[in-house]
Amino acid sequence: MPTLANYLIASGLLFAVGLGGVMLRRSIIVIFMSLEMMLSAANLALVAFSRYGLVSGHQNYDAQVLVFFIITVAAAEVAVGLAIIVSLYRARQTTHVEDLDLLKF
Amino acid sequence: MTLPTIAWITLYIPLVAAGLILLVTRTNKPLAAGLAILSALVTCVGGWILFAKGAEGIFHGFNWIDFGETFSIPFDLALDPLSRTMLVVVTTIAPIVFIYSLGYMKDEEGYWRYFAGLALFLFSMLGIVLANNLVMMFIFWELVGVSSYILIGHYFRKDSAADAAKQAFLVNRIGDFGFMLGILLFWISTGSFSFSAVNDSAGVFVQHPTLLAIACVLIFCGTVGKSSQFPLHVWLPNSMEGPTPVSSLLHAATMVAAGVYLLARIFPILSASPEACEVVAVIGAITALGAGILATQQDDIKGILAYSTISQLGYMVAGAGLAVSAALPMFHLFTHAFFKCLLFLTAGSVILGMHHEQNIWQMGGLKNKMPVTFLTYCCGMLALSGCYFFSGHYSKDLIMACSWEHHRVVFWLLVVAAGLTPFYMTRQALVVFFGKPRSEHAKNAHESPAVMTIPLVLLAIPAVCAGYPFVEHFFFHEIGTLAEPNVPHWVEIAFGAAFFIGIGAAALIYRNVGEKDPIRIPCFENRFYIDDFYFWIVRCIQGGFANICYFIDRWFIDGILVRGSATVVWTVGFALRFLQVGNLQAYAFFFGAGVVGLIYLLLNAK
Repeated sequence: MPTLANYLIASGLLFAVGLGGVMLRRSIIVIFMSLEMMLSAANLALVAFSRYGLVSGHQNYDAQVLVFFIITVAAAEVAVGLAIIVSLYRARQTTHVEDLDLLKF
Repeated sequence: MTLPTIAWITLYIPLVAAGLILLVTRTNKPLAAGLAILSALVTCVGGWILFAKGAEGIFHGFNWIDFGETFSIPFDLALDPLSRTMLVVVTTIAPIVFIYSLGYMKDEEGYWRYFAGLALFLFSMLGIVLANNLVMMFIFWELVGVSSYILIGHYFRKDSAADAAKQAFLVNRIGDFGFMLGILLFWISTGSFSFSAVNDSAGVFVQHPTLLAIACVLIFCGTVGKSSQFPLHVWLPNSMEGPTPVSSLLHAATMVAAGVYLLARIFPILSASPEACEVVAVIGAITALGAGILATQQDDIKGILAYSTISQLGYMVAGAGLAVSAALPMFHLFTHAFFKCLLFLTAGSVILGMHHEQNIWQMGGLKNKMPVTFLTYCCGMLALSGCYFFSGHYSKDLIMACSWEHHRVVFWLLVVAAGLTPFYMTRQALVVFFGKPRSEHAKNAHESPAVMTIPLVLLAIPAVCAGYPFVEHFFFHEIGTLAEPNVPHWVEIAFGAAFFIGIGAAALIYRNVGEKDPIRIPCFENRFYIDDFYFWIVRCIQGGFANICYFIDRWFIDGILVRGSATVVWTVGFALRFLQVGNLQAYAFFFGAGVVGLIYLLLNAK
């Protein structure tokens, strides 16, 4: 039986990998996937807290409900984000962030 | 027609004429002049009818401001002996000057503008004469100031004329400020603006004689400005930049006399305050003597007459300050209006004959070339000098005789001034009309056309006989008594001596005078340096204040507030621009760092 700490370490690692991906990778698609990974890390932490955190002897399902919301929002965000990336590719023929540097001084 | 209708028509017809000239006739010369002259003639007829019928009472027009008992200003006309006599003076002289202008202004530009200005002036002047309360008088008082401004600045392309017009307006504003304070003081004390209420208010002031004196002196400030008394006399000599008929009508006969008329209007309350009367009398006497001295050293034919006008206005003001009778200053105003108007018109005739040369040292020997001008000039000059059997003699000597009884200092000042008057007038007459011509223009001078000489003759008649006892009785017996005061015999001899000494001295000095004035007194030529002193004051005080304002505006408001704030915003913006690196991941990092920072702040916020 894994403990809460195991879950949280897994969640933290997942978040760190996602953050590293966002900061370091060059392809927008990969950055986008890394973002999703960070969201999943948050979901994992929420579910773990929900499973182990008892309120006066009963389980608290609030966090699990919140996870559903996050999944829903993430799905919508993916739809919008991918659409933006597709149209960006059509306009610029690239998905590399080094090439997208017009907004600067 | 009823008398009120006539009075209202008399008041408004010049305004209608001015409006028509301005809006309809414009550049049509004969029509513009005709309208103005017609309106002047109508006012003349109206004025004489009102005088002959002895129109009396208050003719109600409309309520200009009406807030019930406490504050109401009705627009009424007041007809009483005083305003009737003044009405006759104004409406008699105005058409004569209007007609004279036909000849004088014939070839001048801005013909219609000139006649519109004259008509506007006539309307405003009649407003002053007929006003029934102080506020109404103040409004018309400012309106004559405006028309004076327009007419002095007639040749506005000339810098000196534009400056003179501005100066006349601004100097008058100083006096008018006091006038307005005086009006308010009387309103606070009596609760009314009307002359009858103000004049009956002596009882209100029994406990506060100082307040009454202050109020009267403040009203007198208006006179000092308008009637060009010391220390605000500087504008009148400069106002000679205007066309000569304007100098004649506004700056000799009527407008400048409005100040004296104001004193006569408030005479009952003025004479209730000995302190205020003292101030008025002394200022008048100082002006009479000072301006007389300055007139002896002027070279401009109109300049001499201008200072002479100031001097005579000083006599009138001193006469009002003697607190004898309102008729005393009004009598001199009456005679002076005719002979000084005449003198200015003859000067205009000379100037026109001399092709607009005004320096008397360029003239000479004009008596044969301009006989009508010369003869009428002599009438005016002798009347002004106070020669026996001429009008000025009666009115001026009466003021001096009264001053013997009431105020010895004023008496001596006036007697010396009375000796100077014939001196400077004889000087002018000898240099202009006698001797040899001093320039080409003087050799080729010619008499003016009949349209100018006939008004001269018309004016010469009252200039001679306006002072005769029956005339005086006819016009003044209702205003107040003009009884000869009891003076020692030598005082009367002194008046005659002053006249003959003045004429004799001038004749001795200027009989065979050459090209230049044998007497040169720089202090007098430079007007006692008063003008320079005022210029210096304006430069130092007003200029210094302007410099301070400039400094604050330039460095504090412009520098710190306006440009300072703009610089701060620009600098901050410039610094923040370096955050726009154009790298997506850097933005993500800033964003994340911001979120972390916010969370840190929230958790640590106590």
